Amino acid sequence: MTKETNEKMSGNGWEPRIVAFLCNWCSYAGADLAGVSRIQYPPNVRVIRVPCSGRINPLFIVKALQAGADGVLVSGCHPGDCHYISGNLYARRKFALLKSLLEYVGIEPQRVHFSWVSAAEGARFAEILGKVIDSVRSVGPANRMIKRFKEVA
Amino acid sequence: MNQVEETLRQEVAKLLEDGTIDVFVGHEAASLPLRTSPCFVRCPKEVNRLVWDRTCTSNLAAYLPQLFKRPVRLKGEWILPKVGVIAKGCDSRSIVGLIKEKQIPRDRLFIIGVGCEGMIDRHSVGRVLGVVGLADAKIDGNSVQVIGTDGREKRIDIADVLAASCRECEHRSAVISDLSLGDAPAPTQEVSRYANVAEFESKSPQERWEYLVAELSRCIRCYACRQACPNCYCEECFAEETAPQWLGVTTDLPDVFVFHLGRVFHQAGRCVDCGACVAACPQGIDLRLLNQKINKDVEELFEAQASLSLEEAEALSSFRMEDDQSFMTEP
Repeated sequence: MTKETNEKMSGNGWEPRIVAFLCNWCSYAGADLAGVSRIQYPPNVRVIRVPCSGRINPLFIVKALQAGADGVLVSGCHPGDCHYISGNLYARRKFALLKSLLEYVGIEPQRVHFSWVSAAEGARFAEILGKVIDSVRSVGPANRMIKRFKEVA
Repeated sequence: MNQVEETLRQEVAKLLEDGTIDVFVGHEAASLPLRTSPCFVRCPKEVNRLVWDRTCTSNLAAYLPQLFKRPVRLKGEWILPKVGVIAKGCDSRSIVGLIKEKQIPRDRLFIIGVGCEGMIDRHSVGRVLGVVGLADAKIDGNSVQVIGTDGREKRIDIADVLAASCRECEHRSAVISDLSLGDAPAPTQEVSRYANVAEFESKSPQERWEYLVAELSRCIRCYACRQACPNCYCEECFAEETAPQWLGVTTDLPDVFVFHLGRVFHQAGRCVDCGACVAACPQGIDLRLLNQKINKDVEELFEAQASLSLEEAEALSSFRMEDDQSFMTEP
């Protein structure tokens, strides 16, 4: 466990850590546009670029939660705009089930978010991210599924 | 011996003799009372091993893909074997699923459909007996005479120890078959499917989490649920993958949770609620609570039930433009 995680667990100056899976064609470019346009958004996010939202295995999200993420954001192209025609539409079905399943087992629904952001929507990306961070902050540090290792001196 | 069992043996002997099939997959009595194990009959002399009663819980579709893994050499030619199988409603749906997922070829299969009135849940019988073990049991019509290890006899109504998935079963007869040994009578009363899920959903997130922690902390990661499941035919399971390693091999709660979430998610739109995993679990974990959640969501969101016909695409391999997206985060 990293020093950062320890600090997080002690509750002092805790900041949510969010893993964002962004599709290469829309949301990643949207996040980039937010940066290029100098739109401020909080630095709590770790972006992972994926080829398509359809590439995202639901296990990625579960694994991120297990590895210590406080929240996960998944974002892809708007329906109808997928670079691969329908990847996001298959993904939407998976996400609907996963979101419901995670809530069912008792993982706070505020931790897992899905959204559509196009390459032209830098401002929308920043807004969504702000909303996600607020929502994760409202439920505090994750502790339900995190795999912890014993401290060694 | 019941009527269906007798006809089954005759038919299988006939099929093996005239070469319609090379091997028949059925149930045979196991060494423990009220248990059966799958059996592979290859010659007509062996048909008397086959049984059909209220203890044939396992889903035989799970044993089919392996029979088609490699061709056999017959009269100088490499061909796939011809396989016969007995299928109750749930088995037949699993077979449909496997055909659609191209794990078994329809033209090499001979399916004997059989009506099923529900199987005995051994965990429920265990609960009736309490701490006493089950020494022997005899099925007699709609009741079962059990003898505990303390020598005491007890008569149990089968309706009281029916597996949960059988109690809520809607498809008691095979949805696909080449030969039917009769259909089961339709359920007499309306049962609410997903009642367990609805009840669980009404609890608070804290209660849900605590219940699942209590259930899943009993899991010993033996993978019996996976092995019993016809849908789990992957050559390499995510649970054992090392690159990437999705989860550790421990029984730590986070690892167990990832395993069960992954397992149940892989059932999305494919689970036929046969109860084979529940029956296989040595710890009696309430696995159906998770399976049925996925089934309920698939049915409510995508109006689909797994593997009812060969033509329809399964829920997660199709989509509609107007699928629900109310769960998405908007600014």
